[in-house]
Order: sequence, then C-alpha cells, then structure tokens
Amino acid sequence: MTQKLVIIGAGMASGRMLEHLFDAAPDAYDVTLFNEEPRGNYNRIMLSPVLSGEKTFAEIVTHDAGWYAQHNVTCRFGEPVIAIDRSAKVVMGANGPVSYDKLVFGTGSSPFIIPLPGHDLEGVIAYRDLEDTERMMAMCAGNRVVIIGGGLLGLEAAAGMAARGADVTVVHIMGHLMERQLDEAAGYLLKKSLEEKGITVCLGANSKEILGKNGQVKALLLDDGTELPCDLLVMAVGIRPNVKLAQEAGLIVGRGIHVDDQLVTSDTDVLAVGECVEHGGAVFGLVAPLYDQAKVAAQTLLGQEAAFVQKSISTKLKVTGCDLFSAGDFASGEGREDVVFRDPARGIYKRLVIQENKLIGAVMYGDTADGNWFFSLIKDGADITDMRETLIFGPAYQGGATVDPLSAVAALPLDAEICGCNGICKGTIVDAIAGGATDLAAVRAMTKASASCGTCTGLVEQVMQVTLGDGFQIPAAASVCGCTDLTHEDVRRLIKAKELKSQPAVWQELGWNTPNGCHICRPAVNFYLLADWPLDYRDDPQSRFVNERKHANIQKDGTFSVVPRMWGGITNAQELRAIADAAEKYNVPTVKVTGGQRIDLLGVKSEDLPHIWADLNAAGLVSGHAYSKGLRTVKTCVGSDHCRFGTQDSTGLGIKLEKALWGSWTPHKVKLAVSGCPRNCAEATCKDVGIVCVDSGYKVGVAGAAGMDLKETLPLADVPSEQEAMDLSIAFIQLYRENAKYLDRPYKWVAKVGLDWVRERVVDDLDNRRALVERFEVSQSIYRKDPWAEHATQKAQGYAPLADLTLEAAE
Amino acid sequence: MNWIDIGHIDDIPLRGARLVKTPVGCIAVFRTADAEVFAASDMCPHKAGPLSDGIVHGQKVTCPLHNWVFDLNTGQALGGDQGQITTYPVRLDGGRILLDGTTVVRRSAA
Repeated sequence: MTQKLVIIGAGMASGRMLEHLFDAAPDAYDVTLFNEEPRGNYNRIMLSPVLSGEKTFAEIVTHDAGWYAQHNVTCRFGEPVIAIDRSAKVVMGANGPVSYDKLVFGTGSSPFIIPLPGHDLEGVIAYRDLEDTERMMAMCAGNRVVIIGGGLLGLEAAAGMAARGADVTVVHIMGHLMERQLDEAAGYLLKKSLEEKGITVCLGANSKEILGKNGQVKALLLDDGTELPCDLLVMAVGIRPNVKLAQEAGLIVGRGIHVDDQLVTSDTDVLAVGECVEHGGAVFGLVAPLYDQAKVAAQTLLGQEAAFVQKSISTKLKVTGCDLFSAGDFASGEGREDVVFRDPARGIYKRLVIQENKLIGAVMYGDTADGNWFFSLIKDGADITDMRETLIFGPAYQGGATVDPLSAVAALPLDAEICGCNGICKGTIVDAIAGGATDLAAVRAMTKASASCGTCTGLVEQVMQVTLGDGFQIPAAASVCGCTDLTHEDVRRLIKAKELKSQPAVWQELGWNTPNGCHICRPAVNFYLLADWPLDYRDDPQSRFVNERKHANIQKDGTFSVVPRMWGGITNAQELRAIADAAEKYNVPTVKVTGGQRIDLLGVKSEDLPHIWADLNAAGLVSGHAYSKGLRTVKTCVGSDHCRFGTQDSTGLGIKLEKALWGSWTPHKVKLAVSGCPRNCAEATCKDVGIVCVDSGYKVGVAGAAGMDLKETLPLADVPSEQEAMDLSIAFIQLYRENAKYLDRPYKWVAKVGLDWVRERVVDDLDNRRALVERFEVSQSIYRKDPWAEHATQKAQGYAPLADLTLEAAE
Repeated sequence: MNWIDIGHIDDIPLRGARLVKTPVGCIAVFRTADAEVFAASDMCPHKAGPLSDGIVHGQKVTCPLHNWVFDLNTGQALGGDQGQITTYPVRLDGGRILLDGTTVVRRSAA
C-alpha cells in the first residue's frame, strides 16, 4: 500500500532524496512537500555564478513545476509548518493539517547574523537565497559593498559583485582568508588575486558597529575606528541548522537534529537530511555529504540497509581566476612533514602534508589540476614512499605516465571519484556511457556527474572521450591541448593583444604547463605567430609536422612523395622530360597524376630529397607545396584560349593567382580553381576559393569543400575585372589567415563567423580589402620562395643520416 | 662501454632528431634541449613510423604517422598506447655526441 511521506523543506538534500526515491520505487510513497521559500528546489551552490552573471536562475533550477507534477508531489510552497503532532502523526501547515507515515526534516540552516548594533538596518543581508542574490545583483558601478566574512561564501559574493562593477571590501576577523581551507601562503595568494580584481581585503579586522541613516545601512565601523562606507552589508560568517520546529516537536536536538547512521532521528518514523542535521557531533555545510545523506535517507525510507559515513572532503572556490584547492588536514605538527612548491612569477603554490608516509593534506593555489589525484591519495590512505620525491609534481611524473590529461584519466581506476559533489566515480560514468549516454547532458542526467558545481565538467568530458574514443568530441570550448587551458580563440586573441612574438613568450605569458608545448599546440602556435608577426617571428621547422619540415609528404613506409608545382596546371615538354628523368634516376616506384593537375612522384627516400629537388630546380620546377597547410593548387580549365565556350582567360587568371599566393602558410590547406564558363570543368564550386568566369566578369565563391564534407561554395561577390577577382581572393585568404583556428578549413571557419561577417570586411569595405591585400604582401615578402631550392643548396645535410655505423661494426 | 663519436650537437636541430644507421637498425638521436640528447630506436612499434621525423617536445617524441608519443627516458609509449622503443646510452662530451657502441653491436650478435 502506498504510504504517506511528508517532507519539510525543498532544498538540495531533500530534492536529491526524492530523486533517489522515485528512481528506486516511484509508487512507494505519496509525497507532500512543504517549503517556506515560494519555489521549488534549485542548486543553491550555483547562486555564486548567478551573482557573477555567468549563469541565470533558470539554469540552476533542478526541479521545476513539471517535475513535481510528473511525480505527483503535492507542493505546499510558501506555506510555513506551524507544528508537528508526532503521536497523531500529523503535520500542521498554515493552511491545514496533513498526516504522515514517514516524516523527513530538510529544514536546512539559516545564516548566522552577528548581533552587532545596527544588524537590523535595511541593507544588511546574509548570502543565502535567491532574494539575497538578487539584492547583490543590483549592486553595480558606483555602489559600495562591505562583506563581513572571508570564507568561501563571502569571497564568492565579493567576486560576484566586483564583477558587476561594485566597490567591494571584505572584512575578515582572522589573519588570512579562508583559514579553514587554506594555509597562510595560499591565503596570501588568494588575497593578492582578489585585490587584482579590485576587491579591498581587511584582515584581522573586528567589526564593532553597523552605522545607519534613516534606517538604512551607511557604514561598518571597525574597533580600530576605521569606518567603511557601504550601500549594502553582507554577512557571510557561517550557518546554523534550523532546529526550532524539530525541538518543539520534541526530537533530540543538539547543534542540529540528531540522527543516526540511517538518518533517523530520535523518532523512528522521522528522518532528517541536509544542513539541519547533526551526525556524530558534526554539522554539514558543503554539498557532497548532503548528497550522501540524501541517498542513505532514501534507502532507509525504502527499508533498505544503508549507512551514512562521514568522508574527508575537498574544497574549490568558484571564483574565476582564483584557482585554489584544499583537502584533508594541512596543519603543521609533530611528526608531520611538508613538501612545498612555489613559483612566484606565476602565482603558484602547492603544499602537501605527509604523516607516516601517507598524504594527509593538500593545499594548492594557482594550479589545481592535480587536486583530485591528491585527494584520492588522501582518501585511500595510500603509501607514498616510492613517489615521495616527485609527488608534488602530480600524477604526470609518477611511473612514466604522461601530462596528457586524457591518459591520466584513462589510467584512473573505475572507483576513482570524478564528481566530488555527487560522489560519482569513473565506473558509474563509464556504465552510463555503455548504457547509451553519448553526450554530456545525457551523462549528467543519468549519473548527476558534473551536475552540481560543475567544476568537474572537463574531467567528465575526458572520461567520455577516453571511453567513447573518436565517437566523442569535447565541445568547441575545449582547450588547445593538455598543455594549456586556453582555447585556440583565446590563444590567437592573446598573441595579438599581448604582442607575443616568440614561442617562449607564449609559453611564459600564457602559462603553458609544459616546457615547449607538444605536437598538438606547437604547430598551431607556430602558425599563429608567423601569421600575426610575419616580420618579427621566424618560422620554426621543429614545430612543424614532418611534411612541412621536409617539404614532402611522408608515406606509410617512411618514404616521401614529391610534387613539383605546375602553375595553373600548365606544363611543357621540357618539364615533363625533367620529371621523367628524375623518376628514373631516383628509382621512383610510382608516378601519379594528382587531382590538383600535377604529377606526384611517390616513394622517394629521405636522403634523396635534396638531390631530386636540385634536379627539378634545374629544369625550372619548384615545390608544389602538396604537403602544406598553405596554398596548394589553382586548378584551371583552358578557358578562352582554346575552348569554344570559354568566356575569360581562366588559365591566365589561375596562373596569376597561383604566382601571387604560393608559399603562403594558412590555418589549413587552401585549394583554388578557376573555370572559364559555367560548365565549370575546373570544378571551382567545391574549392576553398572558386572562381567561375561569365561573360560579364567573375563570380567569386568561397568556403566550398570536397573532402570529409561536401559543400558548394558560397557566393562572395560578382566582379567585372580580373584584378578585383584577384584582390577578393587574396583578401579572403588573408582574413582567414588572421582569424581562423588552426586546422579549420575555410568552410568551417566561415560557418563560425558567418558569410556576412566576411563580406563586410572583404567585399563592402574597400579600405579593409586593400589593407588585407597589403598585409598579405608583407607576409609574402618572406614566404613567397621555393623551399626546395633553399633546402637543396643549404640544408641537404639534414636529410642524410648523421652517422653510419654499419660499416664500422663490420670491420 | 665503447663510446663512438657520431657527430656534433649542432648537427641536430634543437627539438629535432637525426638518424644513425647501425647494425641493429636505425637509431634516432634526439636533441631535446641545448645540451640534452637521447637515443632510441627509430622505428615506432605501432606501424614502423620513423620517429626521427617526429615532433620533439619536452623529453618526448610524437610519431609522425599516427601520433603515438614516447618518453625518451624510458622508451615507453604514453597515453593509452601500449609499446616501447629501445633506448640506447648516449652522452655529450663537449659538443661531441657519443653513442655506446657495445649496445648497438652486441644486440646484433644476439
């Protein structure tokens, strides 16, 4: 038979308990839910991102009206509970009684208000609910705010209002910020970061009195006589469990409502969860243990065996730009040893506390990437003797593992905790993926991983990538690679904004976590630097994929292919003879005509490359750049020269374009074509830039593709003259060079920025078009040259073995 | 040990590699920093890619064919890949690069 369950308080703990209950046994209980706040459950710990404007309230609602309706929950929101008659098993609401078989207290906690003189003035608030948040959101430039309390909540409030432009002062009674979570050094770095955000921090400050005028708060007076003027005063000094109702009902209450391991109070039919609870002498303010309680309470209600166990917890601050992490016990003491790492220039501090060869505490500031790993060592009580020397450098330096975060995630055991808020381990996520959850939203829905504070979102995505492989792409906001948290877009912007003109400048100023990048980020950064600073930056061949370093395409057997340029696809007997001779001389096994209208010599040995190039150069042939993220070919038809349908000299335009563009580096390869009439024999309408000649002039199309994707070009503009067609093509390519993400073909880039955005800059704004063409020319003054000639004459040595020991060994 | 002089440090580009032919096969000699060299088998255990053509970063190299990454200290493949390349003793004497000849010959006899 369905039993009656009454819940007092719609908070995060009781909401989570209901989810567990409905998942396990949807029809076990008929539920009535009281809530004093006139709304259902939202994710209270996400109020800080709402305050700072990073999220909206709608985004943090966890249970909306539809959810309650779907589960037949009778909602009595905005209605306080007056009393409870435990002998009759009846809850007295303000609007009438309701009987219960089981009752759950989720009354939560109230912010502690220091009874200073003036604490009841208008404009003195706590930071607890949406109303408080909305009061704070109204603060902007010109407003002054004082926050009493330099703990987690106070600082999130401070950062949120500072981000909105308010003039914020934090008053903290202790000698350093967040003293319960941080040691002095990390507290110092945190203070420094907050001060850089324009927040004033007063430490060791005792509040004496809140001053007002006409009932409205005016200033905070400290006991040293300092007066801090303010329009709003926020007290964020701690919370107290709400126990009044439970006390009046005769339940045993200490600081909170006493519960046993099953979350049952002194009355066997009454349970309590969340911040109103006292368990084993402790009360709870962070979300992870509350969720553990919710799960146990649901199991208890269903008659299942379960026990709530207090675990050590870790802390992160949800303030953008203040990366801190702490876990375990980090006080110094007898028998405890510290391992400390500092990097003052980068504002990094890490401290590990070790006792009896076990890690018992960790505090990190500035670089918290390894936080979860340290936290699991603390929880597991692992013996760290063998890795003590390199422990502080994190998992990347243990046993030959790698700094690639994906492999670190791959190496995690299935019981490793990924989402601390919800206690979700890797195995649960992997199971959910196996059960069909293939995107982040689905994984969140099925497991709750990353659904609370969200700081583990990246980690969850990495678990998904490791599990799904190529089937899962981390969303576009993903960082360039494991060497940095920045996205490609960030890196491009910062290289320009900070005028970073060398790789070391990028590594240092943008805080790369590897000495010189990796095979993913270095080619990208090398391109960005040479595209933005063509005269200042020198191309680094060692940051290029082998094809671009050796100016030939590597084949699967380690040999190379050689493709000489044929301008516009035009060649002659002398060039063909030179190619034939070279093919014979170097025993080229395969000679192939390419799709780009030229000839490919496949299977050339590395040490022969400079020699074959020298021979081809002698016949006037140069590199075709068939290997580069750069201009490849300009394919043409014979146009008005020979064809009876040709309208313009498509071959001539193709050759001019190729002579203007060759040698340039671009984010990805760039292929062009020019067709002499709309019959389009050069297949111009699937190229990165494709020109179709008509009687009245030239139709310039861009952003076509005929590879992984098939896309017809988009019309950029129709122009009457050949010169304009050239300028448009060049300006478009330069805009692409200056703005696109490395390895985005033009069609991908145009899809992101929009054709209109491109047209405005290339077609409509003639000055800008001219400036783009000029900047391209500046770059081409460096790069429009034959790399084969340079390598054949000056760098040939590098293509041969450094030494040959086979002969010496034979002797 | 039988140290064989195989060339000068400046013959290898910084964050680059050169090939040395030996009786045990091709060995790649990597220059990871101004005065830091490593030597390892040139052949990727995955699909025999030439590691001397890979991108050198930190004390690692990425195979040019399929992006396997190897730690040059241990020869171990990193990330999710399983495999190892043989590493060889190599050292610098002034600017000269010395490779231990006994390892490259002994293995050939074995």
